[in-house]
Amino acid sequence: MSSSLRRNPSRRNFDEITARKIIEAALGHEGPLLPILHALQEAFGCVPREAEPLIASTLNLTRADVHGVVTFYHDFHRAPAGRHVLKLCRAEACQSMGSEANARRLLDALGIDWGGTTADGSLTVEPVYCLGLCATSPSALLDGEPLGRVGAEQLEALAAEAKR
Amino acid sequence: MKVFVARDAAALAVGADRVAAAIAAEAEKRQQHVTLVRTGTRGMLWLEPLIEVATPEGRVGYGPVTPADVPSLFDAGFLEGRPHPRRAGQVEELPFFKRQTRLIFARAGLANPLSLSDYRILGGLHGLDRALTLGPEQIVAEVKRSGLRGRGGAGFPTGIKWESAARAQAARKYIVCNADEGDSGTFADRILMEGDPFTVIEGMLIAAIAVGATRGFIYIRSEYPHAIRAMASAIEIARREGILGPHAAGSNYAFDIEIRVGAGAYICGEETSLLESLEGKRGMVRAKPPLPVVSGLFGQPTVINNLVTFSSVPFILAQGGQAYADMGVGRSRGTMPVQLAGNVRHGGVFECAFGVTLGELVNEIGGGTASGRPVRAVQAGGPLGAYLPPALFDTPYDYEAFAAHEGLIGHGGLVVFDDTVNLARMARFAMEFCAHESCGKCTPCRIGSRRGVEVLDRILAGRDREQNIALLGELCETLRYGSLCALGGLVPYPVLSALKHFPEDFGLAVLPSVAAAV
Ligand SMILES: Cc1cc2nc3c(=O)[nH]c(=O)nc-3n(C[C@H](O)[C@H](O)[C@H](O)COP(=O)(O)O)c2cc1C
Ligand code: SF4
Repeated sequence: MSSSLRRNPSRRNFDEITARKIIEAALGHEGPLLPILHALQEAFGCVPREAEPLIASTLNLTRADVHGVVTFYHDFHRAPAGRHVLKLCRAEACQSMGSEANARRLLDALGIDWGGTTADGSLTVEPVYCLGLCATSPSALLDGEPLGRVGAEQLEALAAEAKR
Repeated sequence: MKVFVARDAAALAVGADRVAAAIAAEAEKRQQHVTLVRTGTRGMLWLEPLIEVATPEGRVGYGPVTPADVPSLFDAGFLEGRPHPRRAGQVEELPFFKRQTRLIFARAGLANPLSLSDYRILGGLHGLDRALTLGPEQIVAEVKRSGLRGRGGAGFPTGIKWESAARAQAARKYIVCNADEGDSGTFADRILMEGDPFTVIEGMLIAAIAVGATRGFIYIRSEYPHAIRAMASAIEIARREGILGPHAAGSNYAFDIEIRVGAGAYICGEETSLLESLEGKRGMVRAKPPLPVVSGLFGQPTVINNLVTFSSVPFILAQGGQAYADMGVGRSRGTMPVQLAGNVRHGGVFECAFGVTLGELVNEIGGGTASGRPVRAVQAGGPLGAYLPPALFDTPYDYEAFAAHEGLIGHGGLVVFDDTVNLARMARFAMEFCAHESCGKCTPCRIGSRRGVEVLDRILAGRDREQNIALLGELCETLRYGSLCALGGLVPYPVLSALKHFPEDFGLAVLPSVAAAV
């Protein structure tokens, strides 16, 4: 298990200048909206509401269009996650190896539900439906690093480490 | 001495980086010269972290290795392939490997996946060279001759799709590679992107030449950060080396590729939803017609294929469509990378010609369950595929034979469950997943799936069983006939197959009539 967790870097507060730069940098793409939303989330840890009118006016869309897209996709969040993000796979292959019971135990120990963040802000646990690590189940992604064959004890150890 | 260690996400997930670091440190300590080569995975994922050394008898593998094993491996002389408790043997002689016909995965795990010169040495770009001499019409003819069918789900003949796109008249055409790989239990796209990304580029470029497209997109799910990085590097290298660009591979064809990252929506694997997503919209499924080959991305003719489909094309062009068609059975020609997943002892990618039986795949090649308990069910073809019991294990792996049992080949996933599984719970999960991922366009899918979860909750709680099972049957009927796409249309299959083959999990002694129709 890694001893020094990489911190979830994206926790900057919203600022319009950065947001505008991000939006303009993506204008070369055909169909730039998803690349813009990903880049905003990378920078701010979420897609801030304040960014929606900026995107709308730049791309010549209505604000409702932009909002509709942001809310359609499970990846885009309205508020930044905790310092670390643990994505636990809940799909069939991981279920066949007992992932649901492991997850329940972790969430109960942390006192949160799916998508929740611990009270100290150290860890957010998100559901994911398949990481393509289905022959080394149960699997997870911790701050973007893949984990395979993860049991309940290892999950709890990771959560403890995230607190530090 | 070269030591090969995979950098595939599944290998990393079980500690390949730590093993590689331990080897480097131990070599230095012993003042032994070791060159670490980071490769893709061979696909034998239960052996990961697998380390390989080149010996006169071929590559010898040790696995699964932990950092703690490393000193003893050096003591034992693993660099010369000597015995050690972790020694798996000559990698290409292992039964799991030897029984395969590796066309698409021929190079995976052999070399540095981002070395274009290694790619060439290992047979890459021959398909492209031949495609350039054949020209568009003959490329399409070869693909048609091969009998290749789409590996993303529906199994549509690829050559016919390309022919229609080639005929379409337009100023601009697109090639879209579907690497959304949303089915649980599948990872062939991921392993190819990480282990042999130039194959994907070569396949897409051949398609572009065939249909006259100039722009390509690869839509990769956001859950695959390593694949995204590998594919991005490969595209950059291909551009630098002139494989992509205004004169692709020195020809008069212009073609370039851009990567797009999904955003966690399963439905965006459905081709028209994916196109909407690429355009920057909600991933709402489009009604067909028009087909994407007529009016696809931004209204232009578009070939959208799965990543394994594109990756099958370089072989077909290099060796000829007939060589590909010579493998397989019936209308299922060529090879399929079967992905053994879940509670299976030997999990990984097993590429073989169509026609092996499901039982051979699960029990002989997969070695039964990882838990050592009896196999109870296999879900074939992803979350919309049926749950099949061992009684159906003599079913040959081919599109038509599977369809006869409501099974799906789909993207080639097989998820194995042992006897602790409750199939009524899995049926509930299928409905829940459908509700979670529905694009919302059709009422049966959007609302019906939620009702399905509630009905299954009542069945699981033992409330008015007979009545609720009848209701479940009606709901499934509505979903099957009232859905625009296969998400709502196929979710009845996992649900009703669970009921049909495992009625005891629904608290029933005998098979109810609603399921008998499945
Ligand atoms: C709900 C749903 C999800 C799908 N997901 C994928 C996917 O993740 N990858 C894929 O290649 N095809 C997927 N498909 C199939 C595509 O719609 C389409 O058939 C495929 O991209 C065509 O390429 P092919 O002919 O090479 O298979 C999905 C279909 C449906 C209905
Ligand atoms: S069946 Fe479901 S996912 Fe498919 S188009 Fe209808 S609502 Fe959308």
